This record gives sequence, C-alpha cells and structure tokens, in this order.
Amino acid sequence: MTIAAEARPTTQPEQSWLVRLFDYKPFLIFICLLPALGLLLVFLSYPLGLGIWLAFTDTRIGRSGIFIGFENFESLWHDPVFITSVWNTLLYTGVATVGKFGLGLWLALLLNNHLPFKSLLRALILVPWIVPTVLSAIAFWWIYDPQFSIISYVLVDVLGWRDTYVDFLGSPWPARWSLIAANVWRGIPFVAISLLAGLQTISPALYEAAMLDGANAWQRFRHVTLPMLMPILAIVLTFSVLFTFTDFQLVYAITRGGPINSTHLMATLAFQRGIPGGQLGEGAAIAVAMIPFLVMATLFSYFALARRKWQQGEDND
Amino acid sequence: MSISRRDVLIGGAGLAAGATLAAPSIAQTANIEKGATLRVLRPTKFVDPDQTIFNENTEAFTKATGVQVRVDYASWEDLRPQTAVTANTGAGPDVVVGWADDPHIFADKLIDLTAVAEDLGKKYGGWYPVAEKYGKKDKTSTWISIPMGGSGGPAVYRESWVKEAGFDKFPTDHAGFLDLCRKLKAKGHPAGFALGNAVGDGNSFCNWLVWSHGGYMVDENNKVAINSKETIEALKYAKALYETFIPGTLSWLDISNNKALTAGEIGLTQNGVSLYFSIKNSKDEKTAEIGKDLNHAPMPIGAGVGRPTETALVINAMVFKHTKFPNAAKEYLRFMMEKEQYDKWLTGCFGYWTQPLKGYAQSKVWESDPKILVYRDTWERALWSGYKGAITEAAGTVNAEYVMVQMVASVCAGQATPEQAAAEAERRAKRYYRT
Repeated sequence: MTIAAEARPTTQPEQSWLVRLFDYKPFLIFICLLPALGLLLVFLSYPLGLGIWLAFTDTRIGRSGIFIGFENFESLWHDPVFITSVWNTLLYTGVATVGKFGLGLWLALLLNNHLPFKSLLRALILVPWIVPTVLSAIAFWWIYDPQFSIISYVLVDVLGWRDTYVDFLGSPWPARWSLIAANVWRGIPFVAISLLAGLQTISPALYEAAMLDGANAWQRFRHVTLPMLMPILAIVLTFSVLFTFTDFQLVYAITRGGPINSTHLMATLAFQRGIPGGQLGEGAAIAVAMIPFLVMATLFSYFALARRKWQQGEDND
Repeated sequence: MSISRRDVLIGGAGLAAGATLAAPSIAQTANIEKGATLRVLRPTKFVDPDQTIFNENTEAFTKATGVQVRVDYASWEDLRPQTAVTANTGAGPDVVVGWADDPHIFADKLIDLTAVAEDLGKKYGGWYPVAEKYGKKDKTSTWISIPMGGSGGPAVYRESWVKEAGFDKFPTDHAGFLDLCRKLKAKGHPAGFALGNAVGDGNSFCNWLVWSHGGYMVDENNKVAINSKETIEALKYAKALYETFIPGTLSWLDISNNKALTAGEIGLTQNGVSLYFSIKNSKDEKTAEIGKDLNHAPMPIGAGVGRPTETALVINAMVFKHTKFPNAAKEYLRFMMEKEQYDKWLTGCFGYWTQPLKGYAQSKVWESDPKILVYRDTWERALWSGYKGAITEAAGTVNAEYVMVQMVASVCAGQATPEQAAAEAERRAKRYYRT
C-alpha cells in the first residue's frame, strides 16, 4: 500500500475539494439530512411558529397586526363561547376516547379469536376509518337530520314507537352526544386494529402457563393480556387523544358548532373566528390554547402509561 | 401558447378594424396601456351560463381592445382568503370580483373607480342606494368598487297551500305573516326557516326579523345598538313564529330548507331563486310538479324601515393598486357592465344574479318567468350586514360569528329571554366593534 502511495504521490492532492468535502462524514450526514430538515422547517416549524406569533398579535385578514402580548388570551378568558368550546373539547375527547377504547378493545379481543372469514372481517372493520371523514360526516348529518333521519323513520314510521321525529341536533346535550357517537364510530377501527396487532404478539405460552396456574378468563385478561398490551395501548391512546382533540370535520359538517354554539370545539371555533370571521389573531390564539392540552396528553401517555410499574405490577420496577 | 397567440392576432384584427372606423376605438378613448394584460379572479359559477357568458364577454373585451384577460374562478370558500392574500402581498390578480364587504376591508389598496361608476350610473338609470353603499368608501363619494350582481332571498312558498290557509295574497305585515304560519301549521304544511349556524339562510331570516321590527346591530356611527326595545319586540315575535315551524330548525344549515321544501315537508321558507329552478327542472316528476306550485314574495314589511328588507349575497368588483394596467382594468369593468354584455349575462343566469343598476330592471330576464319577478327588485329591498353602520371587518366578523342568528335561536330554543338574548348579542358584537 505504501509503495503504491509513493508510486503516485501527485495524484492524492489533485482530488478536487468537492470530492474531499463529500468524503467528509459530518458534512455528508448534514447534506443527507437537509431535505428532511428543510421539509420540517418549511412545512411544520414555520407554520407552527407563525401561528404562535399570530396569537400574540391583532392580525386580521385585511391587514397585518402588531404585537399585543396576551390580550387575545385575556379576551378569550372572558368569552363564554370560548370557555364552552374548551369544555366541549374536553368532554368530547374524554368520552369519545373512553368509548373508542372500550369498544375497540372488545372488538380486538373478538377478532383475535378464530373466526370464519377472519381476514375479510378485519378488512371490513377498517371501513369507517378509511372513508374520508367528510363523507362519513355527511352520512351522519343525514342520519341526524330532523326531517330525513333514518333512525326517526324507523322509530316513527316503521315501528311506531314514537310520535315525533327525534331532534338529534336541535338542543345542546343531544347534539353533543350525537357528535360523540359519530366520532366513536369513526375511531373504533383504528383502536381495534392497532390493539389486535398488539394482541397477536402475545405468546400463547403465557396463557398456557396462566391456565396451568388455574387463572380464570378474567384473571388471564387482567394479568396477562392487559400488561402485555400496555406499551401499544399507550401509543394508540396518545394518537387517539390527539386526533379526537383536534377533530374539526365532523363537527363542522354536522352542526357548524350549533345549536347556539353548544357543540363548538376549539378547532372549529378557531377556524370560524380566524377565516370566515377574519380575526386571524384571535383564531390563532384559540389554536395555540390547544397546545398545552395536547402536550399534557402526550406527556401523560408517554411517561405514565409507559412506566414498567403500571405495565407489569407494583413490584417489578 | 398557440391559443394565446391566436387570440392576440384576433385582438389585433379587432384593433385594426376599430381603427378603420371613424369613431376612435375603446383602447384609444380609455387610454389603455400598450401591451396590457389582466388577471381577473371571481367566484365560481352559480349556474353554467354564469361562467360561459362571463367568459364570452371577456373574450369580446379582448377583441375590442386587444387586452388579454385571464379569468380564474375560485370556490366560494376560497374567494375571501385569496382576495386577502392578493391585498396583503400586492401580487396576483389585477381585478377581483369579491364578496360584498371585501373592497371596504381593503379600501386603501384599491384604485378609485369613481369615474367608471358615475358614467355607468348616468347611462343605466342610476345605482340603487344599496349599490352606492356597497360601492362607495364609507361616508365619502369615492367609489372603490363596482357592485356587479346580487342574489336575494325573499319568501318561497307553496301557492296552493297558502291559498288553502285562507290567504289569496301573501301577507305584507307581521300579524298577517304570523297568522299565515299558524294556519299553515294547522294544515300540516308548516313553515321552516334556518336557525342553525347557516351563514346564508340563518342570517337572511334573522336579519329580516330584526330589521323589519326596527332593530339593527349598530347605528350610523358604528355604535352597537342591538339591545333595543325594537329588537326585543322582534325576539318576542320570533318566539311566537317559531312555534309554527317544522321541528328541528334550530339545527338547520343552509341546505336544510332546500331539502325540506323539495320533499314537500314545508310550505314556506326563504331562499335564493336557485331553489325554484332546482325543483322546477328536477328530473323527478313529482318534484317538478312542486315547481308549478311555488311562488315568491317579499318578506313582510313591518314598521322598521318602511319598506321590505332582505339580505343579498353581493359580488363587488375591485381593482388593486398593484396592477400595472389600471386603465385597462377600469375599462374591463365598464365593458362588462355595458348593456351588450351585462344584459346577456343577466338573462343567461335566469335571475340568479340581479342588477345593481336600475336600468337593467327592464331586462328581458324579468319577463321570462313571472314567478321570478320578485327577484328583480332585490336591490330595492336589500340591506347590508352591519346595517346601519359602515361595511367593516367588524360587521363581517359579527356575521360570521352568527351573533344575530344565535340571538334569535336562543330565544326560540327557550334558553334565554328576549332581554337576555339581546344583551348577550350586544356583548358579543362589542367584542368586535371595540376599536
């Protein structure tokens, strides 16, 4: 090797600086990361940063604003419509998540059994999740329509159990429950399929061992299935909470936040004020107000649910 | 590319032809800049002819002046954000046929259109007062935009059912209207007006309700004035009226009344002329039959304004200062509003758009079908959102926030007394009228 190097001592320095630069590992890493970094910066960091900046200005659609500190947030704090939207969002997220997880887990356990047409069934289960949200929202809008609801039709005209059509969306609480039901219907497949994947990674040997120890079905679920499922549960829960908390399309298509603002979520209110209402600053402030909730939900899932103690029992640190 | 070159040739030929005539061509008289080209942005079509004829008229302009014009059509939701981006960046289309309020929001970025507007006014019987309100900068006589068309929302009703309820003519006062609604309900053909977050129909009904009783959101000096005894009267009336509606109107969105009327579920609502045509031209025979029984009437007058009131969806054309060819842009708008072009457009749109210039009330379109005659006078009845104040951002926000609609809806739902609802509306409006 040394002989060879000596034989052509002049060739080495003649390598252009470009070649040397590209042989330099840190530079190469930097270059390869650049596209991804660029995309992140342009399409994620910049809009997020801009959104946060807007929240502290009085920008409107017609003109750029000036920095006004926390004025938007103070004004929102005294706005009953905003406060209602926060409660609605928490209620919507809380109840819908519990619903989705309860039913999703149940569905996953059922699908984990040996059933005829197993693959077909699993594919069908995904349908509500695959259909674009707007389409399912429109379907639910018809289902909840005060005049043309299929449910009302069946109850009144076919079965004769009621005299009047059901007013799903006309008053606050029924409207809220109707929207939550639609969201749960849409969210179940994601939870069910994800948990099913988790269930299939659990070794049957564990169940056999438990059975040999005399564990009944509930004990097997509580002490084998659930702990083994915890890691994936934490991830799925995080995603599900994030999706539900930021939901927009269902509410916007079905009620527009009505009746009388009783179903506004933070996302729909932010849009209404920001774009049709032209108050970009205030809209951004509402959107920014969602961030603390989202961060808290994420932290909770990651740090609390991912703890080994929770997953594998008290004395297994 | 070859298309545009051919168009240039055609335009050149047109120019040459114009030059040979004794009269000077439009391009010369209007001092159109050499080599001018224009980009125009407008909302997407209402009906097919809307776009076809608009494009034909634009081509005629190119032929007459040699100015190349590209027209882009934006969806209704996108038009406003796109107008805003144009205004804020100082780039993009030269002419925007935007929504009613937008020229007032971007007023300082627009060129003065006074000369064009005044010429058109003189030539075509004058502008309706509301058109002047939409066109002129607040409290000045400077025109910043040319209102091009409006779509009204009078009452739409089933003629035979109204007759059956004992009314030979559609009532013109509040008491008669309430009586009609009660009788319609008793006959099983109730009225239905949107009270959900329906930006078009909800505001249309609730604005009429408050205006016709003498209430208004803000006074002439933009001071919030909704919490008045007139408003409270209006809300009491609304509550009584609501009892006669088909159930579920609190959750109605813009399309709900169309569905209900088309299905024969309701006998009376409020809408643009589109509903009549969609029913009349329906392929379903039973639905088309309903079309024969439909008719339109102005909503009752009341003591408020002393004339019928209505909310109209208005398109308002503006020219941005960033255009390199202001003369060409002005001339384009003038050309589109001239009889040869405008009347053709109006007629082709079957009354979907209505004229802001009084002279076009004589247009053939209003003789084409007696049932759409009511729409002819849309601009005589129309008031703007934010009446009696200026057309401002605040007015737009209050409209988008459904302040008026929710005030009425909360009383109808029994969630608030008329007094509470009016006070709440006042509080909400003040949030945006604060500066």
